[in-house]
Amino acid sequence: MSLEDAFGDEPAFVPYLAVGDPTYEQSLEYVEALAEGGADVIELGLPFSEPIAEGPTIQEAIVRALDGGMTPERFFEFVEELDVDVPLVCMTYYNLLYQYGEGVGAPTDAPRPFVERAAEVGIEGFVVPDLPPEEADPLREVCDEFGLDLVFIVAPTTKGDRLAKMQELVSGYVYVQARLGTTGAREDVSDQTDQSLARVADWDVPKAVGFGIKTGEHAERIVRAGADGVIVGSALVDIVAEGHEQGEDTAVVAERLREKAIELKQGALAGAAAQSPSS
Amino acid sequence: MSTESKFGEYGGQYVPEALMPAIEELTDAYERYVRNNEDGFMDEFKERLDDFGGRPTPLQRADQLSERYGIEVYLKREDLLHGGAHKLNNALGQVLLAKYMGKERIIAETGAGQHGTATAMAAAHLDMPCEIYMGETDIARQRPNVFRIRINGAEVNPVTAGRGTLKEAISETMRDWSQTVEDTHYVIGSVVGPAPFPAMVRDFQSVIAAEAREQIQEKYGDLPDSVLACAGGGSNTMGAFHEFVDDDAVSLYAVEAGGSSLAVDEETGVAPNSATLSTGDEGVLHGARTKLLQDSHGQIMESHSISAGLDYAGVGPELAYLVDEGRVEAVNIDDDAALTAFHRLSQDEGIIPALETAHAFGYLEEYHDSLGDCVIVNVSGRGDKDLETVIEETENRDLPIAPDMDLFRAIGGGSL
Repeated sequence: MSLEDAFGDEPAFVPYLAVGDPTYEQSLEYVEALAEGGADVIELGLPFSEPIAEGPTIQEAIVRALDGGMTPERFFEFVEELDVDVPLVCMTYYNLLYQYGEGVGAPTDAPRPFVERAAEVGIEGFVVPDLPPEEADPLREVCDEFGLDLVFIVAPTTKGDRLAKMQELVSGYVYVQARLGTTGAREDVSDQTDQSLARVADWDVPKAVGFGIKTGEHAERIVRAGADGVIVGSALVDIVAEGHEQGEDTAVVAERLREKAIELKQGALAGAAAQSPSS
Repeated sequence: MSTESKFGEYGGQYVPEALMPAIEELTDAYERYVRNNEDGFMDEFKERLDDFGGRPTPLQRADQLSERYGIEVYLKREDLLHGGAHKLNNALGQVLLAKYMGKERIIAETGAGQHGTATAMAAAHLDMPCEIYMGETDIARQRPNVFRIRINGAEVNPVTAGRGTLKEAISETMRDWSQTVEDTHYVIGSVVGPAPFPAMVRDFQSVIAAEAREQIQEKYGDLPDSVLACAGGGSNTMGAFHEFVDDDAVSLYAVEAGGSSLAVDEETGVAPNSATLSTGDEGVLHGARTKLLQDSHGQIMESHSISAGLDYAGVGPELAYLVDEGRVEAVNIDDDAALTAFHRLSQDEGIIPALETAHAFGYLEEYHDSLGDCVIVNVSGRGDKDLETVIEETENRDLPIAPDMDLFRAIGGGSL
């Protein structure tokens, strides 16, 4: 299924987890639990040592995953082994795409080898937080070659020409950043969301809102505001972190993730019901 | 977009989307105020740099070193700039620019603490609130600068991620900026980061070479054969080289920290050096494509140097480009040779250099035969901040040049 199709008729729930957090095996069960809980698309974080767009929660997840031995090649093996029936998006930083390939240093045709391998294991698209449209042409080109999508993040500060350039390059869905700042779960849902959604209203890709969503109620409000989907990362990573710190069984943590996924998916559905013309 | 957003393939703007509008706004301000002197910005900058900073700094003939090495050695005395390092040139320029742009808050990262100190001073001078991000490791080894930053009224935010050095401090400052771009300016401390920072910081620092180029012709009657500067991120390096780049007869040496070894430990992700230009590979870090110390997967290595200010896994994109083009020669000096040079300059010339600066003198000590008849060494900073480290590191080694360390032991080892 393509990313765009995954958004379908009802609002999509798009969870994020850092792959390999805290271990490869646990991470497999956690991602599968999210799929069981109703995920429509899953963003798989490939850990990079300098995650400048992430808040403390995901930074710590990345450290745990790197300490656990996660590498780009292990990430691809993970995707191959993963037993889920939803489209998968790889979220990582540009240097890892750029360096992947044979030999020492970046391959001359970077980032083609990375994209080729990602396509081979079944990745459908990419989110690269440190790659603005200004620098994205080489990646867009190879994504086209392999039929993969390239998702862009629209920030509350994104305006004018830059919006137009992004609209031209984006595919799959657009990631609407709900508020300024790094990733992380928050108590409130910013009203910058409405304005950000309004700016991409006429784009012909689904609009998924992320940054700060942690409850079903948040998800409901975001969908009611017009989003086609909700992206949730830190609230899920928190569950993984807590399970790790408490030394809980993988199955217990996985069940908690599944329940959280159900809550968020149900919230999104409730938002759509409230939004429908008959209500 | 600035015409200088790329240097060959290096440079660019690899930053989170939330920062891009601030980068565009800064690019516009850089073009107008710095490049075109709009509203007399550059006039005010130069006046403040003279009156507050103490420019011009002298170009001094090093009599003892000239005799020792048998060549003419001149010292560009950036250690005499207010704050004790070249860092004020850039910090004052950027804080003033932030004021012209209507920003209300200053943030900066710091490694050795020299840039943090310079930014805190400039912010106090120009009446702007200021917060400095500094890695915990660096806070421990550069305490005097932490106190100076606090005394100037700025906040110090410790960064605990990773090994707690410059790399982590830059990442954390970028995170702050991505939440506060609307009213905050990020005063980056070197010729690194996304465009327009590398070109803009170079422009603010190029006063070093502009003065030195005139001064050497007055004193020596000709251009030098070589210019030496230490290189971490590369701001004093680019500052000392910029006006000489078109002088083909002048050789330019960027002296990196060789640390304890040029080898890297892929398993632990540690490079026991900071010799990015000499040993690094092309990649993308902190907003720019440049040379990096990274493992085979593209994860950034933890660098090491005895000097906190050179301890960085990246390097300015323009410097990387000039090295690739063959215009600048990248060389390196290990911890032992830098320490020896530290003592040499202190004993022979009565100048205690920063450990960063000592690397340039280490190269002079070892390779003075191949540098021509006349050399300028950029004394990028003074070494007061390094005394604790130097006492400790000297005690751990058997350096023929070292002063008798028994006295230091008698008064309590490495803790001053």
